Amino acid sequence: MPNNLPVLEFKSSTFFAPILILFNNDIVGIEEALEKKVKLAPEFFKDSPLIIDLSEINKHSKEIDFVQITQLLRRVGFFPVGIRGGNEQQNQQARELFIPIDTVRELTNLIITDEKNKPEVAQKSDSQAMPATKQEAIHAIPPRPVYVAATLITQPVRSGQRIYASGDLVVMSQVSAGAEIMAEGNIHVYNTLRGRALAGVHGNTAARIFCFDMQAELISIAGDYKTSEDLNKQTYRNPVQIYLQNHALIITEIV
Amino acid sequence: MARIIVVTSGKGGVGKTTTSAAIAMGLAKKGHKTAVIDFDVGLRNLDLILGCERRVVYDFINVINGEASLNQALIRDKNCNLLYILPASQTRDKEALTQEGVGKVLDELSKDFEYIVCDSPAGIEKGANLALYFADDAFVVTNPEISSVRDSDRMLGILSSKSRRAERGEEPIKEYLLLTRYDPDRVKNGEMLSLDDVQEILSLQLLGIIPESKSVLTASNAGVPVILDEKSEAGQAYADIVSRYLGEDRPHRFIESKKGFFSKLFGGKK
Ligand SMILES: Nc1ncnc2c1ncn2[C@@H]1O[C@H](COP(=O)(O)OP(=O)(O)OP(=O)(O)O)[C@@H](O)[C@H]1O
Ligand SMILES: [Mg+2]
Repeated sequence: MPNNLPVLEFKSSTFFAPILILFNNDIVGIEEALEKKVKLAPEFFKDSPLIIDLSEINKHSKEIDFVQITQLLRRVGFFPVGIRGGNEQQNQQARELFIPIDTVRELTNLIITDEKNKPEVAQKSDSQAMPATKQEAIHAIPPRPVYVAATLITQPVRSGQRIYASGDLVVMSQVSAGAEIMAEGNIHVYNTLRGRALAGVHGNTAARIFCFDMQAELISIAGDYKTSEDLNKQTYRNPVQIYLQNHALIITEIV
Repeated sequence: MARIIVVTSGKGGVGKTTTSAAIAMGLAKKGHKTAVIDFDVGLRNLDLILGCERRVVYDFINVINGEASLNQALIRDKNCNLLYILPASQTRDKEALTQEGVGKVLDELSKDFEYIVCDSPAGIEKGANLALYFADDAFVVTNPEISSVRDSDRMLGILSSKSRRAERGEEPIKEYLLLTRYDPDRVKNGEMLSLDDVQEILSLQLLGIIPESKSVLTASNAGVPVILDEKSEAGQAYADIVSRYLGEDRPHRFIESKKGFFSKLFGGKK
């Protein structure tokens, strides 16, 4: 090889990793919940990179040991590759574990938080009781609605393929047996659904699954699931919608 | 530039090598300079079916490793001088097959040939993935049984996501269905899936149906691709497939049982 060729090159790219938001510092509870989730889609989660989001925990000033959490995640089969929303001490722990701190996204979080708290802030400024402090700085960022574009799939989803959408997922073609489609939002399949469909995978219980020809192996909304064994013969091969009501999956025909 | 065809299936023993030999011969017979490559490192079957096993000196891996030139390794077929075979190695281990190496060989062949047919090994491992990686067209060989159909479906997923075309965001590989070892009588008895059953799951463009036929075994024992046996149904089915692939319009045959056809003709009144 001629030695004037460069030995390396940097290219910009994006890297897909799910975010794990912790709401509670109960390690045993977290472990149980994780194992349950992993069982639902072992192939999907196996060796998956993961970003740990501690903002919810820190918002409620709960104590959590980042080292312990990292060890637990590795044991269950994840590769933690980032921390966001951590406090000074947690970020220091992350650095010692060579886990990078995701700061860019923290700003996005801030915007979302601001959006949620907007009425309160507005009220305070109306009464002019608000001191010119931090909140004003937050206010300077224009409130933006949280909008995640839907993912559109037009090619068949074949056995062994997995699709993950961070918003809604719309599939125009068939989903084969042995394929897996997951969305944090709703799932629409305007064709035959033979594989697994998991909507609201981050716990959105309002998510729904709509499909044109229902022959699924498994359906799940926010972790509640049914396998083909439990699926009603009546709705088999029909256009249906599936939603959650008091932790029960309801399947109704769309007429 | 050559057009690269991969003959693939996922499941083993469904008729990939039989098909590779037949269509490569069919294309060459129609006047297209064609090379057929055996990707099944360690097994080496293609040269037997083409009857050139005693003329193998160098193989695919020798060429990849730079131990032989392409011209030294390519074997010209004894029946058709537009057909060349690049045999697999029987002795080397599969690790010698690298994406870079395969790419180089295909690039070099592309300069000189019109069609390159890649006979894929079974499975969804490295060999099969390399055989399909550079493909333009895929002939998905499927038997009318559920496990074969499932594996084909899986292979189609790999074709659409792990090929060079997919990685570069180019136009996807063209996928065709070849339903082989089809036996209409057994379909009728419910022992085999029908064409419709298979298509309900795969929904692919059907390139042809190859009936179950004793002539396949006879031909492979003689080391002559079955397509040269013009009297046999399997030979005719492969000839149809080559013609359809080249754009000719040929109605599909061998879907209905012969017995069924004759009883319809003569036994209609019963
Ligand atoms: N249409 C047919 N009718 C009858 N027998 C057939 C037919 N097609 C293939 N066979 C037989 O099936 C067997 C397997 O065929 P072949 O070697 O072509 O399959 P393959 O998919 O290449 O197998 P492998 O996965 O091991 O590479 C052979 O014995 C062959 O003779
Ligand atoms: Mg073979």
